[in-house]
Amino acid sequence: MSILVNKDTKVIVQGFTGKEGTFHAEQCLAYGTNIVGGVTPNKGGQEHLGKPVFNTVKDAVDTTGATVSMIFVPPAFVADAVMEAADAGIELAVIITEGAPVRDMMYAKQYAVKNNMKTIGPNCPGVITAEECKIGIMPGMIFKKGNVGLISKSGTLTYEGANQVCNEGFGITTAVGIGGDPIIGLSYKQLLPMFEADPETEAIVMIGEIGGDLEIQAAKLIKEQITKPVVAFIAGQTAPKGKRMGHAGAIISGSAGTAKEKMDALEAAGVKVVVSPAEIGKAVAEVLGKK
Amino acid sequence: MNIHEYQAKQIFAKYGVPTPKGKIAHSVEEAVKNAEELGGPIWVVKAQIHAGGRGLGGGVKLAKSIDEVRELADEILGMTLVTHQTGPEGKLVQKVYIEDGADIKDELYLSVVLDRAAEMPIIMASTEGGMDIETVAEKTPEKIIKVAIDPSIGFQGFHGRELVFGLGITDKAEQGKMIKFAQKLYTLYMENDAEMIEINPLIKTGSGDFMALDGKMGFDDSALGRHPDIEAMRDISEEDADEREAAQYGLSYIALDGEIGCMVNGAGLAMGTMDTINYMGGTPANFLDVGGSANAETVAKGFEIILKNPQVKAIFVNIFGGIVRCDRIANGILEATKITDVNVPVIVRLDGTNAPEAAEILKNANIDNIIVGTDLGDGAAKAVAAAKGEL
Repeated sequence: MSILVNKDTKVIVQGFTGKEGTFHAEQCLAYGTNIVGGVTPNKGGQEHLGKPVFNTVKDAVDTTGATVSMIFVPPAFVADAVMEAADAGIELAVIITEGAPVRDMMYAKQYAVKNNMKTIGPNCPGVITAEECKIGIMPGMIFKKGNVGLISKSGTLTYEGANQVCNEGFGITTAVGIGGDPIIGLSYKQLLPMFEADPETEAIVMIGEIGGDLEIQAAKLIKEQITKPVVAFIAGQTAPKGKRMGHAGAIISGSAGTAKEKMDALEAAGVKVVVSPAEIGKAVAEVLGKK
Repeated sequence: MNIHEYQAKQIFAKYGVPTPKGKIAHSVEEAVKNAEELGGPIWVVKAQIHAGGRGLGGGVKLAKSIDEVRELADEILGMTLVTHQTGPEGKLVQKVYIEDGADIKDELYLSVVLDRAAEMPIIMASTEGGMDIETVAEKTPEKIIKVAIDPSIGFQGFHGRELVFGLGITDKAEQGKMIKFAQKLYTLYMENDAEMIEINPLIKTGSGDFMALDGKMGFDDSALGRHPDIEAMRDISEEDADEREAAQYGLSYIALDGEIGCMVNGAGLAMGTMDTINYMGGTPANFLDVGGSANAETVAKGFEIILKNPQVKAIFVNIFGGIVRCDRIANGILEATKITDVNVPVIVRLDGTNAPEAAEILKNANIDNIIVGTDLGDGAAKAVAAAKGEL
């Protein structure tokens, strides 16, 4: 078991034949992801990486029965691609592209929700179910199969956290990079209950950042609904106020969104909060019992 | 990207949001000429910098004669203005806005920002104009009215009614004026991909008109490509030179005041690295995200920028390669040592894609001040020790 995706998940790639799309689709195929085709307008009927190319998502879904789309189109076309996927009946769109305008995402997310399509990202590493299905740009080799679920706003901290978990002798069920933009798809709030319901997941690592209040909402939900142990790290304790730290959302404005505020809320909800990401692995070993 | 007050007011004017008449000046002579053209009898001389709190810092002053305009423009132009938003080093004032004095009966607050929880724009308003809104939010949160606007329906009448009744505006004519004001502001927020608009204070004049006495605007950087007119308003002199230089190489750099230079891939890991250094008793000198397309050239550039800071006593390179290949970073470090005089210890932790190859490259180079960190904790500990001269 796992959440969201597994070895049987049929995946298409929007922006399939572009440079990024090609490179990462190839990596995903090598990992074992069941990519059944891709979409690039005006290249329908061709073959790419041994898979069929379609002009529209609708054609791709009708022909292949795909339920998940991995989106690599350029930033200005992200909203269009997301809405097209939702319109074609895709169930989950994983948006890797960085730099999509916030206003576009506002409309795209609304349309996705209205059509019951889940989204992950944008500006994220994607989702991976260890040793089954990688939909994104993460280095697959570090994700060994195991019993820890991982949710992270940051890409490289996803790798850091997963690597430490595996080095401690544990492994990952599914890891989800949710992205750090102001408007994102699935977040802690939706993913924590999925991990709670997944019989294979025995502990959850949650990695957050300064800015916004998603971690505060998560703390509330954990207190009420999550019985599995949660380990958390919040990046940006040393970040100065008013300075944007790379991610569009990672900014402390006024008194809200500080790391301390989030760490306190999570701690109060019974979460094991670590002060440095270097402690994630050890903390997981502690809550699960040393292997 | 942020713009100046006078530029925000140009955009307001384009959308019919009322503002006092004003003109921008780069010199004392221009300020006097502007004042004469505006006619008076009262003018306000306002320093134009990208920071709030200008009034308290002495950057906004009232003039009752042309001579006073001259004196004040002379005083404000070229001054280093320190406000709670500039940091202790302050900002050099290079432009002043000369504006008609307004007849202020009441001061309100109005802003449009993205409500991240609701995932839609929200209009925030308060009767406590002229005050720092964060203080109002903290001390009297009931005095802030919030009206979220679903972009799929846009600004409707009921949004306007929630706003005016919330603000306690009872006069029907005034209600209408305020609703129009807010509606125009919402339209310009959406059409220009603004990130925030803040008007503090928004005044009511003696004749019951509403006017934006101040204007602060920020824009979504990701959307600037479709707004060349706004992109043209960028004031490079307001931006940190090192941050700009770094950005040209795809590096995201922010100077801090510690001793350990950091070079990391990914914003989250970069912040996490700073936190770890701090946790281990050291101080980070900067935030630096080399991004996903790092190569030898960008890494070398990163070293150059970090080493410009004389406070740096050690550098911690922390890379977890996903898209970024560690061997490229290793080559970049070697490249940097050839181009720049890297005269401090460099602690290198490379993990992920092609890490073994990278370790080999560094080992073969055999450079004295390059020290390998085995993982994040080990690397940070060594960097802290090195900065203290204990390694």
